[in-house]
Amino acid sequence: MNLKEKIIELIRKTADELPADVIAGMEKAEREEDNPVAKEILGKLLLNVKEAKGEKKPMCQDTGTPFFYVRYPREYAQKELTAIINQAIDEATEKIPLRPNAVDCLSGKNIGNKAVIHFEETDSADAKLEIDLLLKGGGSENVSIIYSLPNTELKAGRDLEGVRKCILDAVFKAQGKACPPYIIGVALGGNYESVAGASKKQLLRKLDDKNPVTELDELERKVLKEINELGIGPMGLGGKTTALGVKIFAGTRHPASYFVGISISCWGLRRQSLTIKN
Amino acid sequence: MIALTTPLKTKDILSLNAGDNVMLSGTIFTARDKAHLFLLAEDFPAVQNGIIYHAGPIIKNREVISAGPTTSARLNPYTPKLIEKYGIKAIIGKGGMNQSVVDALRGKAVYFSAVGGLGVIYAKAMKFKNVYKEEFGMPEAIWEFEVKDFPVIVAIDSKGKRLYDETLEKSKKEFLRLV
Repeated sequence: MNLKEKIIELIRKTADELPADVIAGMEKAEREEDNPVAKEILGKLLLNVKEAKGEKKPMCQDTGTPFFYVRYPREYAQKELTAIINQAIDEATEKIPLRPNAVDCLSGKNIGNKAVIHFEETDSADAKLEIDLLLKGGGSENVSIIYSLPNTELKAGRDLEGVRKCILDAVFKAQGKACPPYIIGVALGGNYESVAGASKKQLLRKLDDKNPVTELDELERKVLKEINELGIGPMGLGGKTTALGVKIFAGTRHPASYFVGISISCWGLRRQSLTIKN
Repeated sequence: MIALTTPLKTKDILSLNAGDNVMLSGTIFTARDKAHLFLLAEDFPAVQNGIIYHAGPIIKNREVISAGPTTSARLNPYTPKLIEKYGIKAIIGKGGMNQSVVDALRGKAVYFSAVGGLGVIYAKAMKFKNVYKEEFGMPEAIWEFEVKDFPVIVAIDSKGKRLYDETLEKSKKEFLRLV
C-alpha cells in the first residue's frame, strides 16, 4: 500500500470502528447504569458499534469533519502531504463512503469533504511519520464553546474553580442535543484562536490515561463525577451516564486573558492513528 | 411496544403517551435546514399528512449505508409552520424541540426520539424509495424511505408532555447545587 492508500484505510477504520478505550468506557457505563432507558440505549449503541465494524460501514451517518494531526520527519514536505491527504479524503468519500460534509457558506453548494490538517515537524532520531485522525460530527461541534474568565453570570473567577463551573455550564447547556454520553476536551489559557484547537486535541487522549499534572488530574476526576450527577443521561433521557471522560490541558495566557476552550464530543469519539517507520 | 403504519391516523396519534415505545412502518421523508426552507417556500404535496425525519443519511447507489437522526433543535424555527402547512402527523429526530413545537403538536401530532449514533441499525430498517432536491447535497436532500419496524420513543406527545422536561428540571437543580 502506498501512503495515500494507507490514509484511506485510516479514514475507513476511523469512520467504522470505535477505539477500544471508548468501547471499554461505554461497556463500563452500561454495566453500572441503573436507569432502564439509559441502559437500553447504551446497549443499542454498543450493538451498533459491533455491526458497523462487522459490516464495514460508518457507525454514524455524520462522518464529520476530518481533523488530521500530522507529525512528520524532515524527509517529508507539508505541501506533498497535504496533497496526498486531500486526495485520500476525496477517494474515501466515494469508497467508504463518507457523507459529503463541506458546504460553501455563500453559494450553499455541497463541495464534498474538506480536511483540516495540523502539521508538526519532528526531529527525532527514529524518524517516523505519525498521523492521528479525528472524525467529529457537527452536532457536537455546535455545543462546543469558549469562555472568557471572569464570568459574572457563573461567578467564575480565574482559577480552577472557575474552570470547573465553565465545564459544568457547557454540559448543562448542551443537555441531550449532541448525543451524550460526552467526552470533553478542555484547554486553559492561550488566546481565542489556539484555546479551541488545544481543547479539541485533548480528545486524542485515551479515556483511561492519567493527566501528569496533579491538579488537572484531580479536576478531571472531580468534574467528571459532577457532570454525571447532572442526570442528563444518554441522549438526554435521564441516567447517571452523561460523560465518559474529561481531559484538561493548561497552557500559558496573556495577562489580560483567561480563556477556557471546551470541545464536546458525542459518545462516538472516532479517532485512530497511523505510524509509518522509515 | 406499539406498532404503527403510515398513513398515521389522528386517533392513533392522540392515544400515544410520552415514553411509549413505537415501531414505525411505512413512508418517511428526511428534511433538514435547507429542505425546511424549501417546503415552506414551495408546495410539495408528497409530504402531506406525512412523517418528517430529521436526518442526513449516507446513501450509495440507492443503498442506505448509515442513517441516524440529526439534532432537532436547529429546526425549531420552521417546525410549527411546517406542521400547519402540511398537516404533518409525526416528526422523528433527536434531542427534543422547544415549547413552540410542543404547542404546534398539541392535539394533532407527535415528536418521536430516535437514538443518535445508531446509523447502521436504522439503515437496515430503511429502503430507498425516492430522492428530491438532490442539488441540496446528500445530507440536505429530501429522501423518501420505506421503513419497517423503525424503533422510536414518543418524546413529545400530543397532550403537551415532553420526556426531556423531567431531565432538564433535575439537571437544573443539580447544576445550581454544583456551581
